[in-house]
Amino acid sequence: MMPALSLRNIVVALLLLMLLLVPVYALVVGNNFVLSLFTRIVILAIAATSLNLIMGYGGMVSFGHAAYLGIGGYMVGILAYEGILSGFVQWPLALLVSALIAFVIGLLSLRTRGVYFIMITLAFGQMIYYVGVSLNRYGADDGLTIYRRSNFAGLLNLSNKTVFYYFCLLLLLATIYLTWRLVNSRFGMAIRGARSNDRRMHAIGFPTFRYRLTCFVIAGTICGLAGVLLANHTDFISPAVMHWTRSGDLIVMVVLGGMGSLFGPLIGTVAFLALEEVLSGITEYWQIIFGPMLLAIVLFARGGIDGLLAGIRRG
Amino acid sequence: MADALLRVAELTKRFGGVIASEGVALDVADGELHAIIGPNGAGKTTLIGQLTGEIAPDSGRIYFAGQDITALPTHQRSAIGMARSFQITSLFLDMTVLDNVALAVQAHAGHSFRFWTPARSERALRAPAQAALARVGAADRGNVVVADLSHGEHRQIEIAMALATRPRLLLLDEPMAGMGPEESARLVNLLRELKKEYTILLIEHDMEAVFALADRISVLVYGRVIATGTPAAIRVNPEVIQAYLGEQQAVTGHG
Ligand SMILES: Nc1ncnc2c1ncn2[C@@H]1O[C@H](COP(=O)(O)OP(=O)(O)O)[C@@H](O)[C@H]1O
Ligand SMILES: [Mg+2]
Repeated sequence: MMPALSLRNIVVALLLLMLLLVPVYALVVGNNFVLSLFTRIVILAIAATSLNLIMGYGGMVSFGHAAYLGIGGYMVGILAYEGILSGFVQWPLALLVSALIAFVIGLLSLRTRGVYFIMITLAFGQMIYYVGVSLNRYGADDGLTIYRRSNFAGLLNLSNKTVFYYFCLLLLLATIYLTWRLVNSRFGMAIRGARSNDRRMHAIGFPTFRYRLTCFVIAGTICGLAGVLLANHTDFISPAVMHWTRSGDLIVMVVLGGMGSLFGPLIGTVAFLALEEVLSGITEYWQIIFGPMLLAIVLFARGGIDGLLAGIRRG
Repeated sequence: MADALLRVAELTKRFGGVIASEGVALDVADGELHAIIGPNGAGKTTLIGQLTGEIAPDSGRIYFAGQDITALPTHQRSAIGMARSFQITSLFLDMTVLDNVALAVQAHAGHSFRFWTPARSERALRAPAQAALARVGAADRGNVVVADLSHGEHRQIEIAMALATRPRLLLLDEPMAGMGPEESARLVNLLRELKKEYTILLIEHDMEAVFALADRISVLVYGRVIATGTPAAIRVNPEVIQAYLGEQQAVTGHG
């Protein structure tokens, strides 16, 4: 990673600068909607970055990744509903449950490959979605309003929108940094090897399953964190965040931005939500425009936007 | 043979109606270069697959260094010292040459639950990988992405990766397949060097190379070992000449 002055690095640097300045802009123009939109972008970028870890680097195309958004969110919602407001309890529990569920799903699905893996993760995602729908005590498919955000005993006031935004941004940068360390470590090389040629990995002595499973759990846990943030952001959680179309959105964000690229998922999330905002302002049927655009990116720029910027094609 | 490093007993494998291995018995002595020859479809690659654990035999047993490994998973067979090269090149095409070989080193350098230190800056991984590359004559190709290499270079990297796992037994599946005469000659020289250090099971169609290198040869036809012996004995074995060598000589006689 040489910090050269390439087009791609300039774009990433400008993007980060912009993200840093969003609250300032919102304050100056008095536009709270922008801050809210970008909080959402930053949170979903965490989710997309976690998906990229398994999908881009590990070749595990999970079509149920949004489930962890719901799991993280519901843990916050349910605990708050039951009167447990402390973030020190809510958040570790949310991450733990996300990790456990990712472990079980991974254990049962990572034996399969390709389309089968996509279908099984989709099935698990929908199963968890229907669990959410059946939670009658917690609003069933209407969802659950969260009246009090996670409480960090005065250390961190999540109800302050600017503080909350910067906190989410910090977690996003931490996630990207963690991903960078991970994918370049021995663990990361093992994950990439398993994506590239699993047969060869076994032949040279790697039991790849345990590494892929660990990677799957790490990604699920990080996405669970994004769910925790999302619930705190919207003060609400419902099964809708876990619907399979949400998982599809996450995949699109990653592919759009650039699979297997460190900042790709962030770029993809910004592009996705910005396009959604702009296009849905033009027409109610914005997806008719969005669909072909996506198709063009996937067909002509296999490395997504990041690949275009870097001027290279990725496999 | 008392000091056989690899011993195969009564190995049988069927694919539907095709019998790929039929009661295969084979001993590879410690330190020898044992060649397996036979026509296409004889079951040579399938045999290697069973030796490395990628293919489960229907029946029979495989012993390595005295240990019954018939049920051992592939990665553990690598751990105890078996390494293979693939007839059809099987590398990490999207990675650099050095990354490819360093992965093979890493597989044998403890577990890979190491999440923080950049693997590419670990000398303990890079230096042995570079040494393996130098061994096969590809020392200067480390930074090239594997997909950009020539076919002959792919064959070299196949062997470098096997060497990088520091094996006791090398299982080489047609390492010269598709190579030009010059590349083949260089590989023969390399194998001549390697046989001083490793026990080798070599599958090869190039008869000149086989007869020059092998201590012993086994002939596989329709999944059965029809003869095992020294090159001199195999050359004059009537059954072998009839089933394989006669046709082979006719073929090579053209080129
Ligand atoms: N996975 C498989 N499924 C079905 N038939 C196979 C499979 N692998 C090999 N065979 C068959 O087994 C026989 C032996 O194949 P192989 O071991 O590749 O021969 P060789 O390496 O000696 O050319 C061939 O008839 C081949 O078609
Ligand atoms: Mg073969």
